[in-house]
Amino acid sequence: MERLVRSREILLALAILVLIALIALRFPAFAAPSNLAAVFNDTAILIVLALGQMAVILTKCIDLSVAATLALTGMVVAMLNAAHPEIPIVLLALLAAGLGAGLGAINGLMVWKLEIPPIVATLGTLTIYRGVIFLISGGAWINAHEMSPAFKALPRTAVLGIHLLSLVAVVAVILVGLLTTRTALGRALYAVGGNPRAAVYAGIDVGRTRFAAYVLSGTLAGLCGYLWVARYAVAYVDIAGGFELDVVAACVIGGVSIAGGIGSVAGATLGALFLGVIKNALPVVHVSPFWQLAISGLAIIVAVAVNARAERVKGRVILKRAEHAR
Amino acid sequence: MTAAPDTGRAVPDRRRGRLARALRSWEALLLVVAVAIFVTNAFASPYFLDPWNLSDASFNFTEKALIAFPMALLIIAGEIDLSVAAIIALASTAMGTALQYGVGTPVLVAIGVGTGLLCGVVNGTLVTRLGLPSIVATIGTMSLFRGIAFIVLGDQAYTGYPADFAFFGQGYVGWVFSFELVLFAVSALAFGVLLHGTSFGRAVYAIGNNPVAALFSGIRVARVKFLLFLLTGLMSGVAAVCLTSRLGSTRPSIALGWELEVVTMVVLGGVDILGGSGTIAGVVLAALVLGMVTFGFGLLNVPGIVMSIFVGLLLIAVIALPKLAARIMARRG
Repeated sequence: MERLVRSREILLALAILVLIALIALRFPAFAAPSNLAAVFNDTAILIVLALGQMAVILTKCIDLSVAATLALTGMVVAMLNAAHPEIPIVLLALLAAGLGAGLGAINGLMVWKLEIPPIVATLGTLTIYRGVIFLISGGAWINAHEMSPAFKALPRTAVLGIHLLSLVAVVAVILVGLLTTRTALGRALYAVGGNPRAAVYAGIDVGRTRFAAYVLSGTLAGLCGYLWVARYAVAYVDIAGGFELDVVAACVIGGVSIAGGIGSVAGATLGALFLGVIKNALPVVHVSPFWQLAISGLAIIVAVAVNARAERVKGRVILKRAEHAR
Repeated sequence: MTAAPDTGRAVPDRRRGRLARALRSWEALLLVVAVAIFVTNAFASPYFLDPWNLSDASFNFTEKALIAFPMALLIIAGEIDLSVAAIIALASTAMGTALQYGVGTPVLVAIGVGTGLLCGVVNGTLVTRLGLPSIVATIGTMSLFRGIAFIVLGDQAYTGYPADFAFFGQGYVGWVFSFELVLFAVSALAFGVLLHGTSFGRAVYAIGNNPVAALFSGIRVARVKFLLFLLTGLMSGVAAVCLTSRLGSTRPSIALGWELEVVTMVVLGGVDILGGSGTIAGVVLAALVLGMVTFGFGLLNVPGIVMSIFVGLLLIAVIALPKLAARIMARRG
């Protein structure tokens, strides 16, 4: 199984490399290190969101409210910054993450305590969170000139030669990677999604584990809320509208099974990068950006179809291995 | 509803049974809510009871309800189709494209409905032939269908539909009864008979309750599911004709977010999101409730996005409240 999972990620990495190589044949500048770094920077938020989404999907749930959570926390910190520029930016970023954790906890509690189907719960909070942005902002925009320079500058600050935004993504990948592979909670995420009943008998609290996954997803979405408004220097009701689909797409393309229990940090990251490369390549190869939606739709369908096949094969392999082990 | 009349002795398990039964009769509760909203609106605004105003208000829900009926069957059978709004966008774009070649109204309608049907075939094939989970597969086709609409149209719009095409969204069959309202009533009846009066309907419930048992009792599970996706696509195509005709234009962002409202309508109608139970009567009542709330909020000048908070809360409350009530009952008993 280990080999198969790994080969899937290697396949995806190869696909990305081939994609970049193909574009570079016609447009060599695309493969320049500085441009690739820019593509990574542009994809950083998607990567971070995909990591949180992956944790949720691993537990057989889904979080459709990530983009709305991002937009709401982004609006809150933007309004705070506009009204009180003296508040330290780091504090605002932490506040964004905390607020996101709270919003994620609402999702998690509904799934855990009220046993509302995850898709309904997060579809509901998706509209509610968006509506709340309208209520607190009155539909008004927070524009670049209302934000303090430090607020906008932080994601662009270079640390060790790379943008802080990219650095956040790298740190998130490492931390969530450690969480999923080296902690009890990480094992619980896989166990709950792989077989909830067996997880209960193994002493794992299914509801609490799902709650934890939602809080993680919300926290990361909240942090991205600050990063998003600071990067694009604008906050309004519809920022990141529909972005939840890109996030789910990144996971699915990365081999995270929507049925739960299967997926890896490397896969989710590569899935996000795949979408990021396509998004950044379209204008380079002179294709209208309007193609992006259809392409990611097609990528989702192909990826799910591949996942469905891979999962079937995997089941047999496990059984054979188990027999040999005896 | 909760205050059951105390007839003699208060036997705990019996009281719980009656309350559980009252809660189970979701349609009765919806009817009370619908009547309450109707009366409240009638008192809140002197313009509410005007038949023409009520007729106008029906446009708030007719098109969504047309899709909610097959969606109810699909959800009862344990599947879901999140691509319905995108199907509207694609079908509308197809009609707009055909319009550029100067085709007449009958061809336009055929193209709109046909595109919907084709999209249903795609969804059905992905789910029943390739065995993909419907929720992801239709998230994928949702991007794909709307993505194609964006590729064709970009930031443009199609307008200039022929005058007689306007009938489907703006025409009246008689007095205040619009074509859409009549279509809504006919569809409600047709889907009601299909779900509650045919063996196909029984099969839908059976599949939703236990697909494996349904298969072993001789139901062609894959075929029934495929037909349901087909029906959903078809009705989305019909809704696309009505909406395009009513708006008189096509943009790629047409009907954006409608999948949520359609699912809300179905769930509010008492259909179990996990499959296996639900009625068309419930969906009809839910459509009326949502339509009247939208209309009432409109009369009170409440912005649409605030309305959507209400819809979101409603969606969650509708599922959470019976569970909470059952839990409180269980604790007491």
